[in-house]
Amino acid sequence: MSRMHVDQGTCLLCGVCLDSCPYDALAIKDEQLLFTEECRLCQACITACPQGAISLVQEIGAPQREEPAAGGGGVLVFVEQRHSRLQPVSFEMIGKGLELAQALRQPLACVLIGRQMRDQADELLWYGVDRVYCYDHPALKDYRVEPYTAAVCAVAAMMRPEIILVGATAVGRSLAPRVATRLRTGLTADCTSLHIDEQGQLVQTRPAFGGNVMASILTPHHRPQMATVRYKVMAAAQRQDRRRGEVINCKLADADLVSAVNVLETVRRTQTGSITEAEVIVAMGRGVASKQGLALVRQLARHLDGAVACSRPLVEQGLFTHMQQVGLSGRTVRPKLYIACGISGAVQHVAGMSGAETIVAINSDVNAPIFDVAHIAVVGDAYQVLPELLQLFDAKTTPADSLSEVDM
Amino acid sequence: MLNVIVCLKQVPGTNEVEIDPQLGTLKRENAATKINLYDLYALEAAVNITDQYGGRITVISMGPPQAKKAILEAYALGAHHGILLSDRRFAGADTLATAFTLAQAIRRRESYDLILTGMQTSDGDTAQVGPALAEFLGIPHVAYVHKVLGIQHGTEKTITVQADMGDALDTLQTQMPCLLTCTKEVSRPGLPSYLRLKAARERDITVWTYDDLKQETGPAYFGLDGSPTRVQKVFPPSKEQAHERWEGPPAALARRLYARLQEMKRI
Repeated sequence: MSRMHVDQGTCLLCGVCLDSCPYDALAIKDEQLLFTEECRLCQACITACPQGAISLVQEIGAPQREEPAAGGGGVLVFVEQRHSRLQPVSFEMIGKGLELAQALRQPLACVLIGRQMRDQADELLWYGVDRVYCYDHPALKDYRVEPYTAAVCAVAAMMRPEIILVGATAVGRSLAPRVATRLRTGLTADCTSLHIDEQGQLVQTRPAFGGNVMASILTPHHRPQMATVRYKVMAAAQRQDRRRGEVINCKLADADLVSAVNVLETVRRTQTGSITEAEVIVAMGRGVASKQGLALVRQLARHLDGAVACSRPLVEQGLFTHMQQVGLSGRTVRPKLYIACGISGAVQHVAGMSGAETIVAINSDVNAPIFDVAHIAVVGDAYQVLPELLQLFDAKTTPADSLSEVDM
Repeated sequence: MLNVIVCLKQVPGTNEVEIDPQLGTLKRENAATKINLYDLYALEAAVNITDQYGGRITVISMGPPQAKKAILEAYALGAHHGILLSDRRFAGADTLATAFTLAQAIRRRESYDLILTGMQTSDGDTAQVGPALAEFLGIPHVAYVHKVLGIQHGTEKTITVQADMGDALDTLQTQMPCLLTCTKEVSRPGLPSYLRLKAARERDITVWTYDDLKQETGPAYFGLDGSPTRVQKVFPPSKEQAHERWEGPPAALARRLYARLQEMKRI
């Protein structure tokens, strides 16, 4: 049994660890630092202790499981398709997968599961992948947990991968834990960074405790090392000039194609989703309150796959409903990106959006209070900056994007 | 008559998880811990299901002895029976070890029709224990359940649910027994009943330790020793984002913004 150990001679009873503990599991009693039963061995205190007085002790004789760590067969990326479209997070994982495979001097493979996926499987060969395991069957059209788990585990049995990466999407977060459990290996959720250390181990970094701390996690004795990967964090692989590698067509046994789950209906979400759920929000204020301003803001939101929101004066003018208003009397939002166009930034508005991860404000008034909370303060007239910006969008198309746009 | 199991976790009361102030649920004397928010929605969904179809709710939690408080709270919210899995040997469990321990406990019971969990916890945020538990038990699961549409008693019992797939809402029908992980849409947690809370203090909580759960042959996955993943280090996230001020002609500002949006992978 493992436990926490305090070197009472080194410990100065400074109490830093008491504050660091998320479970309130440390106490000072009779001038000694003690761990209570609340301790869950999360080890936050080890990092916090300025004296290095706390350590984790694994008692000798603790059962070390004897499973051979049979990896070495490469890096495997689960390429997700939804409605026959390859999900963009897959290309980001291929980008990262190439880097990891290179560091390990091992091949990179993908597994693609769906119906009529031949063209998409072939397309993947333009991205530097060595092998694509393709499961193509009408019964595999939609994600269903049992056949998809069986397919990924079958590939794992064939190639004995060192690493498996799965996108942290709704499908990926449902599938990856089933695969990891069947393979009896570790899985780290929602990684924001992955690299290979000097021992050849995968260092998996992820936010913990609501993003208040970061944790780096290893899977020392089990293979494959598995991680789900957050979308839009890693750089996508670029389409190469040359196609290489091969597609391996695979089949599941009939028994493995059976699922207890039936997909009865799929209702696609429309763009006009609720602003409280949007990852990107383009918000307009009095500074651009016109039909022309609305058209500009809408176009930008469309390009960024985001929602349109507004400040209160625009609701009073009847341009929007309360459902789209951000602020004290409207909604509170926490998007990844908030672009405020022509919004002065009254405290009531700021209260509703200051939790956004990145705030960009475009305003011609150098002294606009919105600039106090903005990470990027763009001092300029939104009526002039936005058309210039939209022109740049119109000028571009890249292969990766066009691929995900095309219905195949 | 359905046997419904709800898995609960007691989580730290800090790290900025909000409870709907309108609902005002579960003000605790000790703010240090609370029931994971999504688990409350799962429990309320179980209450709704058993109200409609009849049945019994058992809550299971793994944690230190203090986690009994979470089970008492669950009694006040409508659970009929509670099991606490508590042993120092369970400490430090990662998601695989946690799911294994829960599965061992659920296997000790005679039968169940439905297992509900929250979609994720506020301290771990992994969303992995539910699906992993279903895999250990060999039953299907549906993640991110938005709505329970109904239970059908045909030749085999099935449940129809709506699940959030990110880009779409899928309506799925699943054979029972099965496991569902629940979003906040699945129910509206009510206030704990004072009378039930008073009565709950008298109620028994079953406590199972390592000795009760170790029966299974094969490798054991209890606690830190049975966890494949290891925390190498914990560190603060990178410093607060810098604040920048950009000035210049509109075209230059637009180009700079476009480049930054590309960097942020928004284009």
